[in-house]
Amino acid sequence: MIRVVLPAHLRTLARVAGETTVEVAGPATQRSVLDALESSYPVLRGTIRDHVTQRRRPFVRFFACERDLSHESPDAPLPDAVASGTEPLLVVGAMAGG
Amino acid sequence: MSSVRVLVGTRKGAFILTADGKRERWKVAGPHFAGWEIYHVTGSPADPNRLYASQSSGWFGQLIQRSDDGGVTWSPVGNSFVYEGIPGTHQWYDGTPHPWEFKRVWHLEPSLTDPDAVYAGVEDAALFRSSDGGATWSELAGLRGHGTGSSWQPGAGGMCLHTIILDPSDPKRIFIAISAAGAFRTDDGGVTWRPINRGLRSEQIPDPTAEVGHCVHRLAMHPARPGVLYMQKHWDVMRSRDAGDSWQEVSGNLPTDFGFTIDVHAHEPETIYVVPIKSDSEHFPLDGKLQVYRSRTGGDDWEALTKGLPQRDCYVNVLRDAMAVDDLDACGIYFGTTGGQVYASADGGESWNAIVRDLPAVLSVEVQTLP
Repeated sequence: MIRVVLPAHLRTLARVAGETTVEVAGPATQRSVLDALESSYPVLRGTIRDHVTQRRRPFVRFFACERDLSHESPDAPLPDAVASGTEPLLVVGAMAGG
Repeated sequence: MSSVRVLVGTRKGAFILTADGKRERWKVAGPHFAGWEIYHVTGSPADPNRLYASQSSGWFGQLIQRSDDGGVTWSPVGNSFVYEGIPGTHQWYDGTPHPWEFKRVWHLEPSLTDPDAVYAGVEDAALFRSSDGGATWSELAGLRGHGTGSSWQPGAGGMCLHTIILDPSDPKRIFIAISAAGAFRTDDGGVTWRPINRGLRSEQIPDPTAEVGHCVHRLAMHPARPGVLYMQKHWDVMRSRDAGDSWQEVSGNLPTDFGFTIDVHAHEPETIYVVPIKSDSEHFPLDGKLQVYRSRTGGDDWEALTKGLPQRDCYVNVLRDAMAVDDLDACGIYFGTTGGQVYASADGGESWNAIVRDLPAVLSVEVQTLP
């Protein structure tokens, strides 16, 4: 079980409160977690990563275990603490005005 | 008694304003999609309870929301807008080639007859269509690919396709406009397109009378006169009496002919409205006085309408999609400002009242006249 914390706007879209969890078959990576997340919440397709290129949207960041994972390969293993459910993967909207 | 429903898109959500046919007492519902930019909310002419909204954000991209109950409840539908083929390039602000990239939906135009059919005008400029209530979208690629696309360039707000007009007398004829490329028309349902910019003159481009490159801000048409088009260009108010084949300037006695929005009275096809804005470098009314100008002659002769509008210290803008008319017997005119006011006139513009004063900056206003 992978714990995921979404930013407020995406929690509203997905109609979830607080953390959400997803099950991933195989290694826990950004790609596998996002695949599972979008499968559970289709409304999130296109909001975190591009529909076609699957690249992270520029104003979205991925943090976990006090590390910035945004620039890791989407297929790199997530930290063990995330894979084991001890720590959540944080999907963060970049701090910016507006 | 008839009623009206005003659909307002703002920088931070959508609002729905309702009143009976007297249009004196208003209910304000919202914000819907709080915190998101709502470029446009509009209803289907074929089913007024079917609404579509464009919801976007610089962080999380584009969503399309659909309501089947007049805006009480909403559901997200499809948000995948993929250009057909290899998108190629258009001009960037500095004239260099820049790849076509989808950014957002500026305008949604439902079919006149089918609630499930709707067009979307997007940035970077292209036209998409859905025939399944917004679940899936396909590009009408003949517009972007007709030949001049590589020379289109963005206006200050981005390279947006912001106007879509469906001809009620000919289901295969569609007019669209792009900043800054110009106006275009299809006569075969969107397969092939051609620029319709003859008569436009823009000193901001190398060839002022070029076939494309004009910053058209808005087109308007009265459904009873589909061959007559009105245009608010960057500078200049224009009219065409031949479906866009040629244009004549009708700025006449306007104090400034810069502006963004233009619309036509519901029952008087020659009566048109604009909101003059000082200049392209000062996007607010002249002298701090918010004035709607009306022409009853299809342009050239204009009169200022000021009763009820602020006549001092007013420095708001009225954006291109932020004016609309109802079709009650006494035609109502509505417009929203970047200061968050939505003004309404229940007497064709003679007098104005603010329905609401403190919304986020208004991006779009549409009106539905309900039985």
